[in-house]
Parts: sequence; C-alpha cells; structure tokens
Amino acid sequence: MSIRPLDGPARRFEELLGPRSVITDPVRLRTYECDGLTHHRVTPGVVVLPDTAEQVAGVVRICNEHDLPFVARGAGTGLSGGALPRSDGVLIVTAKMRRILSIDLPNRRATVEPGVTNLAITEAVRGLGFYYAPDPSSQQVCTIGGNVAENSGGAHCLKYGFTVNHVLGLEIVTPDGYIVELSESGPGYDLLGAFVGSEGTLGIATKVTVRLSRAPETVTTLLAAFEDVERGGRAVSAIIGGGIVPAAIEMMDALAVEAAEAAVACAYPEGAGAVLIVELDGPAEEVAHQFGEVTRLCREAGAFELRVADDPERRAAIWKGRKSAFAAVGRISPAYIVQDGVVPRTALPGVLASIDRLSHEYGIRVANVFHAGDGNLHPLVLFDDAEPGAAERAELVSGRILDLCIEHGGSITGEHGVGVDKARYMPKMFSADDLDTMQLVRCAFDPRGLSNPGKVFPTPRLCGEAPGVRRGAHPLVEAGLAEQF
Amino acid sequence: MGVTDATGTGGPPEAPEAMEALRATGAVIRDAAPGDAVAGVAPRWVASPRDTGEVAALMRVSAARDLAVVPAGDRTKLDWGNPPERCDLLLDTRGLTFGDGLVVEHSAGDLVARVSAGLALGTLNSMLAGSRQELALDGVPRAGTVGGTVGGTLATATAGPRRFRYGTARDLLIGVTVVLADGTVARSGGAVVKNVAGYDLGKLFTGSYGTLGVITEATFRLHPVPADRRWAGVDLPAPRTGGTPGGQAYRPGGLPPGSDGFGRLDSLVTALASAQAEPSAIEIDWPGPRHDLTVAVLVEGVSAGARAEALRELMSAYGTAWLRTEAPEWWAAAPGEDTLLELRVPPACTHHALRVIAAYGLPARVRGSAASAVLRMSFPAGMDREAFTGLVTGVRAGLHPFGGGLTVLAAPPGLADGVDRWGPSSAQPLMRRIKERFDPGRRMSPGRFVGGI
Repeated sequence: MSIRPLDGPARRFEELLGPRSVITDPVRLRTYECDGLTHHRVTPGVVVLPDTAEQVAGVVRICNEHDLPFVARGAGTGLSGGALPRSDGVLIVTAKMRRILSIDLPNRRATVEPGVTNLAITEAVRGLGFYYAPDPSSQQVCTIGGNVAENSGGAHCLKYGFTVNHVLGLEIVTPDGYIVELSESGPGYDLLGAFVGSEGTLGIATKVTVRLSRAPETVTTLLAAFEDVERGGRAVSAIIGGGIVPAAIEMMDALAVEAAEAAVACAYPEGAGAVLIVELDGPAEEVAHQFGEVTRLCREAGAFELRVADDPERRAAIWKGRKSAFAAVGRISPAYIVQDGVVPRTALPGVLASIDRLSHEYGIRVANVFHAGDGNLHPLVLFDDAEPGAAERAELVSGRILDLCIEHGGSITGEHGVGVDKARYMPKMFSADDLDTMQLVRCAFDPRGLSNPGKVFPTPRLCGEAPGVRRGAHPLVEAGLAEQF
Repeated sequence: MGVTDATGTGGPPEAPEAMEALRATGAVIRDAAPGDAVAGVAPRWVASPRDTGEVAALMRVSAARDLAVVPAGDRTKLDWGNPPERCDLLLDTRGLTFGDGLVVEHSAGDLVARVSAGLALGTLNSMLAGSRQELALDGVPRAGTVGGTVGGTLATATAGPRRFRYGTARDLLIGVTVVLADGTVARSGGAVVKNVAGYDLGKLFTGSYGTLGVITEATFRLHPVPADRRWAGVDLPAPRTGGTPGGQAYRPGGLPPGSDGFGRLDSLVTALASAQAEPSAIEIDWPGPRHDLTVAVLVEGVSAGARAEALRELMSAYGTAWLRTEAPEWWAAAPGEDTLLELRVPPACTHHALRVIAAYGLPARVRGSAASAVLRMSFPAGMDREAFTGLVTGVRAGLHPFGGGLTVLAAPPGLADGVDRWGPSSAQPLMRRIKERFDPGRRMSPGRFVGGI
C-alpha cells in the first residue's frame, strides 16, 4: 500500500485526539466535501474532530510542522464555500465542541463553544426572558463558530446588528497554534472586530462570549400586500423616512410568493405583486405607536391587504412563506442560484427594475426575496439545468446583479460571505491597495497562509512582499500556480 | 507644562529641505508652536492637508525622510496615551474635505453619512438635525469642547452614555478611508449597513490611537432623532469605609452586601438594564468618598415620559428618585481634565470597582456607563506620583478577579512616568505583528499605544 503525504500527520492527530476523532477513510471523508454551496466540492485530506481548544491548537501546530493548510468548519451551512475543504489539507470540525460553558444573566452574557448552534443559545435562556439576537435563517443548525467566521446577520439585524455587535469576547487558536483571548473591551487594537467575519482566514474561534438581549415586551408583525414591488418599496422608504427602525422589514416579489405558496401554502394575499413583512418590537406603548404609523404608511403607499399578528402562532404563519422562500423555489424551478448582494436602500427601485430587465434579456426568471430595510438582496436566479446553456446564462445574470450592486455603491455580500464563490469579485469592489492593506492583517495573523487559504482573496500577496502597489506579475501567477482575475 | 523638543536642540540640518518637500505636497505647513505638543512632546511642523490625496503625499514625504507623524483633530484627546517616542509632523485633519469641498455627504433615505474625519461631532449632528437624524455617539466633552472630531473619536474609540443602546463608534462605522504610513490609501467597508466583504479595517483603526495610519473619511449608519427624551435618577448613599493610603481596606466579600448604597447598586443596574422600558443609557456619577452616588437613566422615543416614569418607580425602591426633561449637568462629560483613568468591569461588578477605588480614600470622581461597565475616574490636580502609581497598580489588581482592567488616558507631565498606562493584554504579540505590518518604520504615533506600540 502506498504512503500518502497525509498519513504521517494523520497518525499524529490520532495520537493527540484518539483514533475515533480522526477520519481518513475516503468514503467517510466525502461526507465533508462541501458546505451549503454544493457546486463547489473537494474531498478533504483528513478530517479531525477535536474536543477542546488545546486539541485544536495541537492540530494546528502539527499542520504548521508539516506545512498543511487547514480549514475550520461548523455545521457547514455556509453559502459561499467558506468552509470548502482542501484535498491537501486538514478539515477541523468543531461539531464535538458544543458545550454551553456559562450563562451569566447579571452581566447579560453567555460563553459557549464554537459548535453550539445559534438557536441553542436562545433556547438556553428563553425561559429567563433573554435571547441571542442575530438570527440567520439557518439558526436551528448553524453554529456560533460559523456565525463568527461569517459575521452572520439575519432578518432582525436591521435593528439589532450583526454577530460582531453581539460578541464580547473570543478565545481563538491563531494560525500558528497559540491560544489567545480577544476582548471587545480590553486595551489595544480591536482584533476581535477584525477577526469576526474574516471567514476562518485569521484562525479558529474555540470559545465565544456573546451578549444576551432581553426579550422585548411586545412583538407585532404586520403583513402588507401590494400590487407591485414599487409600491412596497415606497412603503419601506416612508417607514424609514418616518424615523421608525423596525426589527425587520422583508419583501418578496410575485414569483417568490408563488414559490412559497407552492411549497408551504402560506396563504399570502391573492394577487399580491409584492408582500412586505414588517416586525416591530420593544416597549408596548412604543410598538403600538409605531404600528399605527406603519399601518398608515403602508395604506398610503397602496397596500390592498394588511394582516397583523401579535401572538407567536400567527407570527409564525406570516413568517412561514418568507422563511421557506429559498427552499421553496425548488418547487417552481429545477435549479437556482441564491445571490447575496447589497445596495443602498434608496437604490432598490432602480436595481430591481434593472434585475427585471436582465431577466428578460437573458430569458432567466429571477425571484426576489430581500431584507428591504438594509438593501440586502437575495435574488433567486432560476434555471433548468437540463436546458443547454441555461446554467451559464443564470451564472451570467447572477454576476450582473453583483455588478449592479457595486455600481450603486453596495456590496457583493451582505451576509453569506465571500468564501471561494466571490473571491473573484473582490477586485471589482476593492482596489489593489485596499486588498493589499487587508493582506497586511492576514500576514500579521497568518504569515504562512495556512488558515483557510484560497478564501476571500483572489490572489493574496505573499507575506514576505513589500507592502504597497504590486509591481509586475504576482510570483504565483508567474509560476503558473495561480490565476489573476 | 513640560514641553520638550523631541528632535534635540536645533533640529537636523536637513530640516529646511524636509519642510520644502512637505510644502510641495500642497498642504499648508507651518512650524510647530508650544501649543502643538503631543502629551508634552513638541513636533517640528504642523501640516494641514485639504484632502486624502494631500495626506497620502505628506505620508510619502514622511516615509522618504523617516519623519514621525501624529494625526490630530480638535486635540481634545491629544494628551491621551503614552507620550510619543518622537514627533516630527503633527497632521491636523480639521481642514480635510472630499468631493468639491464637502465635509458631509448625507444620504437621508439610507440613514447613512460619509463624513470627513476632521469634522467635529457636534457640528456633524447639527448638520444632520435638519433631517431629524443623528450619529448616535456622545463623544466625551472636556472643558470648552463639544466632544472632538469624528477622526479623534474613532482613533480613541471613545463613546458616551448611549453606547448601551446604540453601541460604540466601531458599531456605527460602516466604511473608512485611511492613509497608511507609506502613503497607501485604503478603503474598507462601504456605504451600506450590511456588508461582509473583506476584512473590517474600520474596526482595526477604531481605537488604534493613530498608530496604524491616518483616518481621513468615515461612513456611519445614522439613527432617527428620538421624538422625546427623559431622564430619571436616584441617589444612593456612599460607602462608610474611609479607606487607607495603600487601599487594603477592600477585598471582595469583605463587606456585607447592603451595608450601604453601593451594595444595592448592581441589583439596581441589572434591573434597569433588563427593564422593558428600554433605557438608552444607564449612567453613574460619584463625586468621591463621602458623597452620594447618583444613578441616572435616559429614555428615548415616543413614549419616553411613561417609560421613564416606570423606571423612576423602579428606582424609588432604592432612594428618592426623580424625573427630568433635561440631562443632569454631568451627563456625558468627562469627570475631570488633567488626570483621567478608564475602568472596565463586567456590568454586575460595578460596585466592586467603586469599592476598590473607595478603599484608597482618595478624592476620586467617577462617572460612566454602569450597564456597559466603562467608568472614567479623575482626580484634582496635585496628586502625588507615588500615590498615583500605587493606585493604578492596586486598582488594576483589585479589578483583575472580576475580569476588569484600567487604562490611564491622561495624566499631567511626570505623574504617570514609569506607569504602564494600558495594562496587560494576552493579545499583545498579535498586536505587535499588526503594527509591524502596517508601520514597519514605527513612524505613526510611535510608542503611544499598548505595550509601547
């Protein structure tokens, strides 16, 4: 039997973690070949499942000794290929690190291991009147470690912010294998702020201290049906312009509603060209006042039907269609791409019209589901993969939507991350100097480039190179080892 | 004030040539005056660039001639941090503009503003007031100021009472333009609130005390100005312990809880922080030993009156509580000028922090955000250096069991000599590596920051 390059390190991992926590069997390795973005697949070289931060640090040190790239992964729900493994490297799975270490209500914080799911934190404190605010749609299964890596958002981040606004402290294993505490309040550079959202390229979080939020006194959810997206958009502008920051404002267009209806029979108003969901929360009197305003503004903007929910069941009924929208498009299209771009809220009408034009131009249907309050679009680009050329056209439309976002001063990703999927778009959004400056951070944390390489940045500058504008071809490009996008 | 010439006597012979090179950037350059000193260290020149391009040109000249640069705005916090090891050029950001002389680009419909780093926070909020929007940062006013510039607020990561509801500068910053030590202009983030593309350099630069580069522009998320504001408060009796010069009087658990007003402080703060009336700020003001401690909250929004009344009722179980339509006069202001320390403890350990201080029996004034656990402490002028050193070491050690820390923000010349102003951090090796990458020549505010960075 031939000796594979990873056999030596794998034996050392087994010594460190025990044989049951190291996977080398090719069939079992394939379980980990992708994250939520399934069209990128790589079978990892070795998978390890450590129990403790010390074990993670030990694994990372062995990787350093053998010059092996490593990728950390939680539940693998990411949608940008951020946890895509390396065939020549090690996949560090945090699934066994799922203890809630402490809940400290007087200080409104909890410390958990990275494999704890987002929802498990809320479930642990719900009965005590608290919750963990960031709520990505995958919160039942996604892990807090993955949320930290991606700086995850969710429907309610319009009012409450993202993961980075709710993480008070981190214990990380640095790319060279040291355990370091990063604190939001300690003296020095805000390394915690730089680490959250760095997509695993600056190290691995092994403990996360999160802020717990007190459950609001009142939650009221309103569904408003409009003839078209433009009228719905007018309502959104009026609400925000009126000084109201709802907990969430979500919009779906006719095609997205059709899909949701086919999948979960959410019984949204018939004939709606756009459905707007507005959630208000806070002190009862405040919510009552805002509810009156929002209702009035929706009517003025042309809402032809309004539904209200102020108990959990009715609220769930309103959210049902929205929350199932991504999966639901499978009912009306054999294949689809979920895009994740952001535009300034005021640019929404123009961008949606442009998406409509693109859709007609390429003969590709696009269902729009979006966080209207913060301009985060999730166009679902639908195509039939049996039709020759359709996938390519869908990919083209999807890319053109990102171009639109950049043209309007927006972002190529609002919450899913760059990962491998969008690394090539980074030079469209940032200059070479911007990217080089980001590389200074990368090189400080990870001079050898072993931590989740190939993600976020298309052509990272080598850490030994002098900072500043690149001169001539990149050495990796020149050597034929990398491609410049 | 003990101003020293960091360059030695007379300066090097190439000085006139360097000044010419700086002038060639287009920025206004002048010789520094004694009032331009940075924590007692005199620069040679003061540059007033008009835009990011001129800052970049200045930084390139500085790189070529190994000039040390310290950025400055309204100078309200220029004496914070360690004195710089050297300072050749003070870079005054107050004249910075972008796009045809603009200092603010306000997109009201997006609740976003792009702002020149040199603009004063107070001026910015006056400009936004017409749209009934604001940048929800309070700044930390000192005598005769309105809280400094946007750039200074970011560089020192200062935040006032409303941090409890809105977060701090790093939470409200969505995009930043910086000029690095070698003149590279870099942007991160953007003009949209929701954005996870690339590393967040804005967070790294926020609180970096000018050691990584010069912040020239910032883009912030804004908030609607609340329809109404109310303040409610209560006075709690002070601890009866007198304290000792060495501060040995207090050990956690050494005093029975409830023996004075402080014992109930944390339960009050916990109750306020969790109250459904949703205060935007929970502040304390303690003028010093033998004085009562005031706890005050701010409530904002349409139903502010009714919600503040609910909180007043809650507080009335602790003492005589009050309700006002105006902020208390001490609200959001630094507790003092010359000697200013910042204490950080978990919110439910605020009373421990106060007892640790009270144990020294010194005339300390403490003020700050109880529910966010950032307190600032000041002393009257004339404090003895030995007592100060003992206090810093002792309070730091006293806060350690609670996971707290202490930073000396400002101190009169000589008082903090030999004192570690920042305190320990396990991440210091990583911070040094960041500094080495961004500023390998150690020319950006050298020595001012944690561990002498």
